[in-house]
Amino acid sequence: MENILSLKNIVKIYPNGVIANKEVSIDIEKHTIHAIVGENGAGKSTLVKIIFGEEAPQEGEIYYKGKKVNIKNSLGAIKMGIGMVHQQLMLAPDLTVAENLILGIEPLRYGVFLDLKKITKLTEESSKKFGFKIPLNKKTRDLSIGIRQRVEILKVLMRNAELIILDEPTSVLTPQETEVLFKSLKDLKHHGKTIIFISHKLKEVKLIADKVTVMRDGKVISTNDVNQLDEHMIAHMMVGRKINFKRIPGIKKVGDPLFTVKNLSYLNEENIYVLKNINFEVKAGEILGVAGVEGNGQTELVEILTGLREATSGQIFIGEEDVSRFSPREIREEKVAHIPEDRMKNGVAEHTTIEENIIVDRYYQDHFSNKNLFLDWKYISKFSEELIKKFKILTPSSKAAILSLSGGNIQKVVVARELSSNPRIIIAAQPTRGIDVGSEELIHNLLKDARDNGIAIFLVSADLDEVLKLSTRIIVIYNGEIVARFNDVNDITQRDLGPYMLGVKKKGE
Amino acid sequence: MNPLLKSILSPQFVFAIIRVTTPLLFAAIGVAISALSGSINIGLEGIMLISAFFGVIISAFTGSLVLALIGGILVGIGMGALLGYFHLKLKADIIIAAIALNMFASGITIFFLYIFTHDKGTSSSITSLVFPSLQIPIIKEIPILGEIISGHNVLTYFALISVALFYYLIYKTSLGLRIRAVGQNPDAAESVGVNINRIKLYSLLLSGFFGSLGGLYLSMGYVSWFSRDMTAGRGFIAIAAAALGGNFPLGTFLGALFFGIVNAIAIYIAPLGIPSEFINSMPYIVTVVALAIYSIRLSRRKKMLSKKEEV
Amino acid sequence: MEKFILKYFNLIRVAIAILIGIIISVCIIYIISNEPGFSLKSLFLGPLLSKSRFGNFIETASPIIFCGLAIAIPFQAGQFNIGAEGALFIGAVVGTAFGVSTNMPAFLHIPLVLLVAGLTGAFWGFIPGFLKAKWNTSELVISLMLNYVAYFIGLYLINFHFRDKAAGYLASYKLPETAWLVQFILGTRIHIGVIISLVFAVLVYYFLYHTTLGYEIRASGFNIDFARFGGINVFKVIIIAQVIGGFIAAIGGMTEVMGVHRRFNWQISPGYGWDGVVVAIIGRNNPLLIILSSLFLAYLRVGGRILNLLSDIPAEMITVIQSIIILLITAEAFLGGWKYRITVREAKAKEVGHEPST
Repeated sequence: MENILSLKNIVKIYPNGVIANKEVSIDIEKHTIHAIVGENGAGKSTLVKIIFGEEAPQEGEIYYKGKKVNIKNSLGAIKMGIGMVHQQLMLAPDLTVAENLILGIEPLRYGVFLDLKKITKLTEESSKKFGFKIPLNKKTRDLSIGIRQRVEILKVLMRNAELIILDEPTSVLTPQETEVLFKSLKDLKHHGKTIIFISHKLKEVKLIADKVTVMRDGKVISTNDVNQLDEHMIAHMMVGRKINFKRIPGIKKVGDPLFTVKNLSYLNEENIYVLKNINFEVKAGEILGVAGVEGNGQTELVEILTGLREATSGQIFIGEEDVSRFSPREIREEKVAHIPEDRMKNGVAEHTTIEENIIVDRYYQDHFSNKNLFLDWKYISKFSEELIKKFKILTPSSKAAILSLSGGNIQKVVVARELSSNPRIIIAAQPTRGIDVGSEELIHNLLKDARDNGIAIFLVSADLDEVLKLSTRIIVIYNGEIVARFNDVNDITQRDLGPYMLGVKKKGE
Repeated sequence: MNPLLKSILSPQFVFAIIRVTTPLLFAAIGVAISALSGSINIGLEGIMLISAFFGVIISAFTGSLVLALIGGILVGIGMGALLGYFHLKLKADIIIAAIALNMFASGITIFFLYIFTHDKGTSSSITSLVFPSLQIPIIKEIPILGEIISGHNVLTYFALISVALFYYLIYKTSLGLRIRAVGQNPDAAESVGVNINRIKLYSLLLSGFFGSLGGLYLSMGYVSWFSRDMTAGRGFIAIAAAALGGNFPLGTFLGALFFGIVNAIAIYIAPLGIPSEFINSMPYIVTVVALAIYSIRLSRRKKMLSKKEEV
Repeated sequence: MEKFILKYFNLIRVAIAILIGIIISVCIIYIISNEPGFSLKSLFLGPLLSKSRFGNFIETASPIIFCGLAIAIPFQAGQFNIGAEGALFIGAVVGTAFGVSTNMPAFLHIPLVLLVAGLTGAFWGFIPGFLKAKWNTSELVISLMLNYVAYFIGLYLINFHFRDKAAGYLASYKLPETAWLVQFILGTRIHIGVIISLVFAVLVYYFLYHTTLGYEIRASGFNIDFARFGGINVFKVIIIAQVIGGFIAAIGGMTEVMGVHRRFNWQISPGYGWDGVVVAIIGRNNPLLIILSSLFLAYLRVGGRILNLLSDIPAEMITVIQSIIILLITAEAFLGGWKYRITVREAKAKEVGHEPST
């Protein structure tokens, strides 16, 4: 079968030095559903951004329908017949479905006026042709996500896309909506379309895809027919790698449960259960690692645990105390530290100094201020300088702006602040994301020391190496549920965790 | 009370309402169009002022109404372009830049007024033109209705037509569709190839256009001269009017009308001893209350788990 | 040298913007005036040439400083509250009403009148603050509308309840002498209120940069998610910043009444609130810099008035110049290309012998 798209030796390096795609070559056959799978950071999002013209590769060639092409921007991609349905749906909420569908390609009368008759005709025809039953005159904000996604797909089809890219489409759908989507995709295939489908849910890949490409660390591991592989094999290809780290030595004395979560559930604004009946506890002196691909509820879980979001049901206990409805300040006063997953959004205020960032959680306490009224800058500066030394933050002074620091050093400021607050519990989300190896090593050692000092640590990370290296126990989260618990982690490898992370297996099967 | 009631319920009063509403309506449409694209123009105060001034000056020195109209409109659009340049290209904060442009207009109009007429207060020393009023044949003969509708300044009629123009632009043209899309979800617009900055610029130019007409009416219709700061906050009232109307064409019209009614009442009531200040403050108080209610409902809607439609 | 430029880049940008404004005014004067040299002297040196003019300059700066502070505090919290004008007006009205209706010795009367005015202004700031904190209502639109409400209600109160019929124009009764702020420099109208404005500027500086509440305000302005994450009660901060702003603006208005006019006689809104926006922007919301920018604006204003008096050039030229300066300052990308080139050169110089880029 002919290839509709061929990528040859694509290399993409981001300005911060990260090599997202390393000599990636993939052939996409016409009239197939081709899945691309991989963990976070494997390079699949970057790859499709390149295909859709949102990023430009440093090296490599793209052949579309046999001809070498240069995709400059999304408009160019659209004109060539490539369409993309992003993970964040891109619809204008107060416009109707029909208006969203023809935005940018409006049929006109006299060159200025919207040809309403033609719009209706076009949208109805397309809708019928592809078998989508969508209420054309409803505003998109009044529709469920499943229907909105179909609008996005129809939007792409109406621009004569022959190659359609879907980025993690089922992450926002209910099981029923997923079924409907898959039927539509099969129909589209029969209509002659080619579909690229990004996912980390291997059961679904098995269900719908004809071919699958596995990516890892920016490289293509292999491309196969789906019926040649089973999910376990795919999972192993996705996560298996040489063990290149040393697990930290275990601690003998683990104490009482400090942090307990009971039946925690969270229903989001779109009426989807992002968290379903989460139960776990973290004991003093242990690191409980949460393994899982991002987007399975971890972000919401951490926000709920730190008081930034309210759960729909369930309880959180610190010791014996019910802290379910505590504010962020109250949670911190229970001696809980939080290393946030998005350091630039929550962890720091980038336009001000290191000192001012360090004191955000303690400016009102003794020594930092007099009687919770006047800041003691002398003490604050001294304290900050000591932290800078202790955590080896590379900066000329504590009065330097956060902006002037590298990503790794910014994270060190965050970690320095959180660890120096004398916590009993640390909640760390993606603590070493996007930072250099040296800083990563440092932070891992700090977490180990904290654990040895009897602190309970809740570690959420999409980096399996990190989870395996640091954790005393591991739980795996998938689709908002805990699908596996491992109490003895001594002989566990990525291969054991992979299938659970990817929805292939559930403990008890 | 009787004579007051009689005068309020008279056709002259309704006529006055329409007159007073005209500049507010133009300005409110200007604000609404810019707000719909997501880059609200709070500089209508300055745009009206500068167009009012240039209309008078041009008509006085060239004796041509047409040139004054064109000149006034160009100046207004120019201010819109300036705001667009500073905000879109030079990344200035659109609120602060608009505040600066308002100050600029205030200063420069008085500056040139003095230069040209040696008078800092008004332009009465020079003769400027006015836009004509129109008596509509046949309709003007109808009792009551005729007195209300016929005899308005041509710009007033155009203001009413502008509501329709606004409606058609926003809902029936591709530009209007794109403006709305950019205002609601810029990413969505960009993903289909719409140039966000260009659309925002167009909306600012349009707001300058409508604002200029409001200003021209003030100095060449409502009265026949320019006086310092004659816009008297109408540009800001327009923001409230548009906000009250949700930036929709009909809502904006009603919002402007509301303020017009209140202003007209104030004029009529003055001789009665009821403090005009009370009346004058009503629209602003109502806007505060209305915006508060609007925000409360918006935040409640977000909190509630909404039921979505399944097909 | 280039390092220096990068560090103080923002200040340099402001200085350049001001320089451009000055250059433009010089050009305008040269084009329009018959005696450019004399005009230039009037504008740029006028306020220094006589005692009373210098006094004018100083006393004009006072309410501008107050309003600059009143705008800067909400701005530092990330709130676009421009209600200083309304707070100033209604605060002065209510304060005057209190002042003319009560009798007590000066050491009580003065602070109490100021307090009454301040609390009125504080309430005026509370309304937009609360609406924003609780329901995310635009504090910009609400404070703007309240400016007008303050104006009309204030005028009503003066007109119908405190009007001095003998005065011949719309004005309140004269304040009793116990409520006057002394003009302590002979030959000028410089009054104690000027001192109070400087004191307030220093206090606000200390407040913003050395107290816990000031820190909470600034942290919320830097990054509200960060502030919330760190445990700061941003609901409270949003409200308090605007309440304090209103309080200070009202005090500013009241000191003008008590120090200069000795009765309430504003028939139109004096505009200090808008001046406050100007000097807060030029002074980058820093109270000490606001003293400087207020002096700068006041100097130009008075210079402009003198220019107007002695030559054929309208004082409004100053308004034009100040608006151009603000436009340039608020355009973040102004001189952005220059900054970028310097940054790249510095980065390349740094590359030698450092850790691999992260």
